[in-house]
Amino acid sequence: MAHRPLSPHLFIYRFAYTMALSILHRITGLALAAGLIVLAIWLMALAGGPDSYARFQQFAGSWLFAVLIALWVIAFVLHFCNGIRHLFWDAGMGLERPQARRSAAIVVVLVVLLSLLLLYGLFSKVYP
Amino acid sequence: MSEAAGALSKFLGRGSAHEGAHHWRSQRISALALVPLTLWFLYSLLRLPDYQFDTLIGWLSSPWQALWMSLLVGCIAWHSQAGVQVVVEDYVHGKVAKPLTLLVSAFAHVVAGAAGVFAVLSVAFKG
Repeated sequence: MAHRPLSPHLFIYRFAYTMALSILHRITGLALAAGLIVLAIWLMALAGGPDSYARFQQFAGSWLFAVLIALWVIAFVLHFCNGIRHLFWDAGMGLERPQARRSAAIVVVLVVLLSLLLLYGLFSKVYP
Repeated sequence: MSEAAGALSKFLGRGSAHEGAHHWRSQRISALALVPLTLWFLYSLLRLPDYQFDTLIGWLSSPWQALWMSLLVGCIAWHSQAGVQVVVEDYVHGKVAKPLTLLVSAFAHVVAGAAGVFAVLSVAFKG
């Protein structure tokens, strides 16, 4: 393969907290890609009938699965909020540095609030 | 550059494949579609009384719910495939490792997406 310059020269930049969101967008995206596999398994278990769904519930009832679901919920909220930020950028809005910093702060606050609300809403049905 | 030299460069993995803009656009379009679809999914999950078999079957047996759910799974698979591809292209290097990772990711996305849509349709058609 030809030796060309690589695009993200991550280590020559001074760290800024907006960079953390940028890399977290990719990490949460990868985590959610793994979540797609579980979503498909969940739906296939449901389509397989009551017995196959009971087997899924057995494996989904573990604390490890609950932790994974919680992490996926947080990853989704972050990817969703930051993704909307990206869509505004793609439309040419909010690209100035103070605006980008402000929207990053809004994303962080929203992620904490919405994650807590969602986790409470979802888990209160699983563990009434 | 002559045509032959252009083809050689492409073969050697240099230069643009001229698919970047299409890829970029399709990733944004799937992102836009996922905004209402994921909100609908979370709203539905929060409205359901529990996540037992009968409850979920009752929910997905409705044609509209089955339609949104299959669109959701399809768009997630599409968007995720595009996103994982970009990450692999940026961070996985090597003559074998990169194309192999891209291939495995593409197969996994097709299988997961097709399985999800198939499962929803099979629930919907059983009624």
